[in-house]
Amino acid sequence: MIGLTHYLAVSAALFVMGVFGIFLNRRNIIIILMALELILLAVNINLVAFSAFLHQVHGQIFAMFVLTVAAGEAAIGLAILVIYFRGRGTVAVDQADLMKG
Amino acid sequence: MITILVFLPLLTALVAGLGGRIIGHTAAKALTTGGLFVSAALAWVIFTGFWLNDTAGYTVPVLDWIESGGLSVQWALKVDTLTAVMLVVVTSVSALVHLYSWGYMEEDPSQSRFFAYLSLFTFAMLMLVTADNLVQMFFGWEGVGLASYLLIGFWYHKPSANAAAIKAFVVNRVGDFGFSLGIFGTFMVFGTVSIDAILAAVPQHSGQTFSFLGSQVDVMTCLCLLLFVGAMGKSAQLGLHTWLPDAMEGPTPVSALIHAATMVTAGVFMVCRLSPMFEASPTAQAVVCVIGACTALFAATVGMVQNDIKRVIAYSTCSQLGYMFFAAGSGAYGAAMFHLFTHAFFKALLFLGAGSVIHAMHHEQDMRFYGGLRRHIPITFWMMTIGTLALTGFFFTAGYYSKDAILEAAFASGTSHGTFAFFVGAIVAALTSFYSWRLVFLTFFGKPRWAGSEHIQHAAHGDHGHGHDDHHAHDHAHDDGTAGYHPHESPLSMLIPLFVLGAGALLAGWVWHGSFVGAEEGAGFWRGSLAFREHLMHAMHEVPAWVVYTPSVAFFLGLGLAWHVFLNKPSIPIWWQKEVPGLYQFLLRKWYFDELYDAIFVKPAQWFGRLFWTRGDQQTIDRFGPNGAADMVVVGAGLARRFQTGYVYSYALVMLIGLAAAAAWMMR
Amino acid sequence: MTAVFAFYLFAVTLLIGGFLVITSRNPVHSVLWLIVCFFNAAGLFILLGAEFLAMLLVIVYVGAVAVLFLFVVMMLDIDFKALQRGALKNLPLGLAISGIILTEVLLVATGWQAGQGVILHEALAGPPEGMTNTQWIGSQLYTRYFFVFSMSGLLLLASMIGAIVLTHRRRIGNRRQDIAVQNARTPAGTLGVGKAGLGQGVEL
Repeated sequence: MIGLTHYLAVSAALFVMGVFGIFLNRRNIIIILMALELILLAVNINLVAFSAFLHQVHGQIFAMFVLTVAAGEAAIGLAILVIYFRGRGTVAVDQADLMKG
Repeated sequence: MITILVFLPLLTALVAGLGGRIIGHTAAKALTTGGLFVSAALAWVIFTGFWLNDTAGYTVPVLDWIESGGLSVQWALKVDTLTAVMLVVVTSVSALVHLYSWGYMEEDPSQSRFFAYLSLFTFAMLMLVTADNLVQMFFGWEGVGLASYLLIGFWYHKPSANAAAIKAFVVNRVGDFGFSLGIFGTFMVFGTVSIDAILAAVPQHSGQTFSFLGSQVDVMTCLCLLLFVGAMGKSAQLGLHTWLPDAMEGPTPVSALIHAATMVTAGVFMVCRLSPMFEASPTAQAVVCVIGACTALFAATVGMVQNDIKRVIAYSTCSQLGYMFFAAGSGAYGAAMFHLFTHAFFKALLFLGAGSVIHAMHHEQDMRFYGGLRRHIPITFWMMTIGTLALTGFFFTAGYYSKDAILEAAFASGTSHGTFAFFVGAIVAALTSFYSWRLVFLTFFGKPRWAGSEHIQHAAHGDHGHGHDDHHAHDHAHDDGTAGYHPHESPLSMLIPLFVLGAGALLAGWVWHGSFVGAEEGAGFWRGSLAFREHLMHAMHEVPAWVVYTPSVAFFLGLGLAWHVFLNKPSIPIWWQKEVPGLYQFLLRKWYFDELYDAIFVKPAQWFGRLFWTRGDQQTIDRFGPNGAADMVVVGAGLARRFQTGYVYSYALVMLIGLAAAAAWMMR
Repeated sequence: MTAVFAFYLFAVTLLIGGFLVITSRNPVHSVLWLIVCFFNAAGLFILLGAEFLAMLLVIVYVGAVAVLFLFVVMMLDIDFKALQRGALKNLPLGLAISGIILTEVLLVATGWQAGQGVILHEALAGPPEGMTNTQWIGSQLYTRYFFVFSMSGLLLLASMIGAIVLTHRRRIGNRRQDIAVQNARTPAGTLGVGKAGLGQGVEL
């Protein structure tokens, strides 16, 4: 039978893949943003799985809010990327070291 | 009256010093000089009271100063015969020097400062001589040292003056250290610092000993020797004498006041004031006597070859102070004070006269550039001659009475050190005569030699007034060595003090010798203000005839030799400089004392200082302290800066690492 | 049976899609694989009985966010070749960190026990009698979580304003009305009365 642990395992693996993706794609900011979406998705799966197995609705409601935030953050992140690209002509963010100390 | 006498110079000094710029030079000068003349008048009044009437000694309290446990010190002015004598000396000479400085310091831009310092010095000296207790005396002692420093370094733009001022102060300090130890010891032994109390208690403590490093040391000897170290410093005795010749960097009035008449006599005064203590310690007296005699000899030999006119007189002062000390060491305190009294007159006269010569010769001080001046500055010549006659002890001048008194007393004391001092003193009298007359002959006789002098050349060519003479003066220039410059006599403000001092130099001995060194007269005069040995004074007047005539013989010997060497055959000095260069250099370089002290004290001190500065302060304290802390901050900031890469992904990386770490922490 | 099969189907596809998102060379492919992930996650949600959330996922995430990604990827003229370099440099560190996080999560997951009074049911939850999933969510959302709900609305407002303000370009050369300036005009600034002589002009 599919138990809670199966879902948690899936969620964990997805989460780790998202983290790994951030490391791997230093230069491409869009892939980083997508990896971020993966992380949030993994969290959502986790929340909903718990909600189901605890017979409560709170996990799903919280997952909704996570969804909201993710959407908002994706929008802003992409807006910033667009402006960055407008100014620089490239999305290679590893050259963005003007704030270097 | 005494209070006004003592504090008036302080008041005028403060006004002139602090307000000199406001009230102007003339007002400052008038105020200080006037104040001093008032003090001098009062001093003569007081002195006359002690001399002619039978005024008893008294003390005028001023303020309570220290009340701490067993130590009770007051500001009080003690007046007795000894004080009165010193008051007269100090205020008269100071007043005359103030007057003299009107003319001498005429062109100086900081005259009010000079006069303020002179009055300040006078105040400190008066505090010293009217001191009721040792601490107040020490205050005056230090005060005159300070004033001496300020006045020697008066022309502070000259580095040599600054160095001389520091040298004077530091060497004095060494003496003061001994003096302080003496005061501490005295307080420990006697339980008080009041002079009256100490002198009254001396008989109780004489013969007491204490153990030091395993052997028994006589208390009174130890105290007296420590106090004498202070006197050695202040009065430039052998060992702590190196500052006196260099002190000639100061203006001539300063030399006359401080280094002839007053400050350097403070040591003699102190020994005489504490004479009952010295009477209780024959060893200390012997030491005083021997050192005084040696100083006299040393200074006279060095003074014979010096070329600077002021240096000769300075060494003469050092030598005469030696006389005063060996008189004190032989027990003839009255004779020592008598010589102090007369010496003030003729030495100040000589210094002021030298100042007059220097003024006439446009600040040239080297006697090799003098010669034949008696035609040009006759008044100064006669005054200097009077001073020299007095110094060398010509019949019936002041110096004759006082110097003879000292030599007779030394002989009559019968002790081995007294007899030694007598013979040394006799030799020194001959040397004194020699160098004093050498000075007169080189300066006033012979042919003018000042053409080669830089100062004269400045004067002759830089002076527009002489411009039109220059042409035919030039023709004469090569003939008579004058380079066309004619010295002129000093103004009246400089000559009047010379007249007054000259009168004193001639008459002071004759008028007062009975009071100072007469047997019963002297006892009546001094009235217990110093330890007056009547029987010694009696014995003094009964010495054999050859002893009485010795100083006069020495006078003629020196005069004759000087005349022969410097006027008759002027080639002799040059000959003997060539023949015995070693001896000549030895004497010229002051027996190499300065070089010796430099090697023993100055260089090691500087080495230590440098060591502590570079290794201690810079490399250790600064490195680990402020500089080190600052550098650590910079280094630390540099390290921390590396985190701010500016790259977003590295920030994200750090965040993730932090997340992993936080999670690991939560799971512990 | 079907449930198990469905679960494994969805789960495997999800993980493969996730892997391909981060390792694709072409970002368009990455976006597309992301969409695949979302769909499969929605499937998982349905399996768990949270159909409202599943549909939300499809509509919002796939329909809006992923499309947004696609828009941006297509719009920016990105040189992909230049971006490929340097990916392998950080491999060891990345593996290390990911490994650590994975280990932590698994440790927590396996060591977790239900709290007091919480019953972990083997069977999946359903809404209480008479309510659908949506109604169940709604019953809690508008009552207990009303404040949070409003805040999330504000959050969306903020992000919308932010996105617009960030990317808004001011065009030069077009004349716009500035009401404030118009209202602040005074006759002195606009109207002037002057005298014009015969045959002469007027200086403005």
